[in-house]
Amino acid sequence: METLWFCLVAFMITMYVLLDGFDLGAGAVHWLAARDEAGRRQILRSIGPVWDGNEVWLLAAGGTLYFAFPALYASSFSGFYLPLMIVLWLLILRGAAIEFRSHIRNAVWIPFWDAVFAGASALLAVFFGAALGNVVRGVPLDAEGHFFLPLWTNWTVGPEPGILDWYTVLTGVTALAALVHHGALWVALKTEDPVSSRARRLAGLFWYAVLGLTLVVTGVTFRVQPHIPQRLAEQPWGYVFAVLALGGLLWSLLQRRRGEDGGAFVGSCAYLAGMLASVAFGLYPYVLPSVSDPRTSLTIYNASTGAYGMRVALYWWIPGMILVAVYTWFTYKRFAGKVRLEEEGY
Amino acid sequence: MESALGLHRFHFAFTVTFHYVFAQLSMGLALLIFILKTLGLRTGRDHYDRAARFWIRIFAITFAIGVVTGIPMEFQFGTNWSRFARAAGGVIGQTLAMEGVFAFFLESTFVGLLLFGEKRLSRKAHWAVSLLLWLGTWLSGYFILATNAWMQHPVGYTLQPGGQAQLESLWALLLNPWLGWMFLHNQFGTVVTAGFVMASIGAYYLLTGKHVEYGRTFVRLGVLAAGVASILMLIPTGDMQGQNIARHQPVTLAAMEGLFETQEGAPVAIVGQPDMEKLRLDNPLYIPRLLSFLTYRRWTAEVRGLDAFPRDQWPDQIPLLYYSYHIMVGLGTIFIAVSLVSFYKLWRKRLFESRRWLWALLLMAPFPFIANTAGWMTAELGRQPWLIYGVMRTGEGASFNVSSGNTLFTLIGFMGMYAVLSILFLYLSCREIDHGPEPAAKESAS
Repeated sequence: METLWFCLVAFMITMYVLLDGFDLGAGAVHWLAARDEAGRRQILRSIGPVWDGNEVWLLAAGGTLYFAFPALYASSFSGFYLPLMIVLWLLILRGAAIEFRSHIRNAVWIPFWDAVFAGASALLAVFFGAALGNVVRGVPLDAEGHFFLPLWTNWTVGPEPGILDWYTVLTGVTALAALVHHGALWVALKTEDPVSSRARRLAGLFWYAVLGLTLVVTGVTFRVQPHIPQRLAEQPWGYVFAVLALGGLLWSLLQRRRGEDGGAFVGSCAYLAGMLASVAFGLYPYVLPSVSDPRTSLTIYNASTGAYGMRVALYWWIPGMILVAVYTWFTYKRFAGKVRLEEEGY
Repeated sequence: MESALGLHRFHFAFTVTFHYVFAQLSMGLALLIFILKTLGLRTGRDHYDRAARFWIRIFAITFAIGVVTGIPMEFQFGTNWSRFARAAGGVIGQTLAMEGVFAFFLESTFVGLLLFGEKRLSRKAHWAVSLLLWLGTWLSGYFILATNAWMQHPVGYTLQPGGQAQLESLWALLLNPWLGWMFLHNQFGTVVTAGFVMASIGAYYLLTGKHVEYGRTFVRLGVLAAGVASILMLIPTGDMQGQNIARHQPVTLAAMEGLFETQEGAPVAIVGQPDMEKLRLDNPLYIPRLLSFLTYRRWTAEVRGLDAFPRDQWPDQIPLLYYSYHIMVGLGTIFIAVSLVSFYKLWRKRLFESRRWLWALLLMAPFPFIANTAGWMTAELGRQPWLIYGVMRTGEGASFNVSSGNTLFTLIGFMGMYAVLSILFLYLSCREIDHGPEPAAKESAS
């Protein structure tokens, strides 16, 4: 049961990264991909009806994590206090930028919110990547399962790490590159030329960055968190996720070169899902490894709630997810195809 | 440690109070927009659809701020209240996760369709979208109130040796006896807010002679909704909520009422200031025996005062709790009075011509926000000194690993951020109000 909920939470986080990932990425590239107001409005319109729903995956995943693994939620949220608060501020600024930019048409208001939108989107991608890096590296948990990390200490991976060290900065930059690639493919898919072809060219550039950073990060991760190669040695079927990630990345290259934006986007989804699944597989059964004493690490067993809670939650979680699938299908179908600006308005 | 705890408390109180200003308006407006869409569908008049479109624009701004300020609320259980999260997550995590899965997805899907979908959907489908959005926002309220109800009156759980609560019955959690009346009371409160805001803007249009047709619709619908809801807030929901408090939190009742001494035929204090040094009410104005009657339905019943309880069980902010409760009840009484006068004037068809009364309605807009905030302060201060009533004290629940300096840093950050959001909200919604519901306002929409 613990393993099942571990997989379900991992699934929800993956959905969050796939979905909100493209609108974060679209936000981060929208200055580069579109040079004029019409182009930027196309990009905003391509995420306008869906970004809020995408962000709900973060809240739903957070809530699910909260009840299934309360000790993990308590420990990690308080320990990562500062970066989480910064993430919240960035989410607030970004939401405000998307909602409010088009209310007033003038040469000060719009560029201001565009800059907020781009900056907050890019920083969020970096912070989410760094957060994952922190979980992989581990934190100095005390005997009660608490810790508190400052934003940075000496930038090295040691017994007293900060939120940011060279490793987590590297994972943050990798996440930024991966989401910019992902978002650029979405923009290419949903907009018309010239925005579409500019986005496709940007995706091409960032593809190389993603490939390079992925290889470097993977190599480094095996040294930072030896549990991962150990897991893979014990259960080699776990390589399937790595194959999925690399296959997805290659597929996205091939499809993009053939002008199939939809296929390229699917490839990028497979890449992100494969990477996240690899991390989840590699850490299992740990959910938050300790760098100080391995016995204080949080695992799915010592962080989870009681058996009844996990069992009864399946009765609402499964129907709930079916409903979510219906809404999602409905929304994306309603707004299928390229964005048409003349259909605007409320 | 004391100051760290105080900062964690103020951090949550500040962010949740700010969030709820917008959440209450969204929940109430969602119902009123649904009513306008229903009127449009039934009468076939474009007037109501345009009126609904105007309120959807206001709703969009409100909802956006509600969403972005709502995300920090869920996070703060973990960031600022980690010991509480560890102890209670297995129970209240369920309702918070259900809110995400059932309510937030529903809301976010249909808010997009309500805003962007009117041209792509049939009239009936757009009406259905407004219905689903209303249900989504209220369902969200239900799950949050289920979470709060468990903290006020914990049910359906067992305590583990380590102090962690584990869920024993999901039904008990979702059908908590505390929850039903509190939910209805709270939701009617949102309708009072939205109703008076709508009436106030309607009154503004009538007084300035702009968009007069819409002004009449807004005033009529606004006072009807706010009036019916404010009566329902008193009877039965407020009364029943009071009964719940008397039964399960008697010390809270004594503190709210400022009743220091146990007595038979206890009075209700209309005004007066609790004096915590001399343990009495200064300058009181009493209605004799009323409290006994309201609590036990007998004029001479004995009501336990604060002296009947050990001091470590007393709420730790009695004067603030007392004022919050009295502000809520006082404003609620004014709302009912204003509504009844408005009903009479509507019936005599004199409301739209009576400039003085329109001025009164115009000035009503801020007060429901104050009343709802005071109501929540009554509930939350009344729960003190407990975080989970009778189970975990507030002082045991905070994140001790987060220092007071870090908490103050983020508190200041939120204050700055929310100051900016307030200015944006006021500026953008005043612009929308100025444009009004006429189609000429279209070029500004997006």
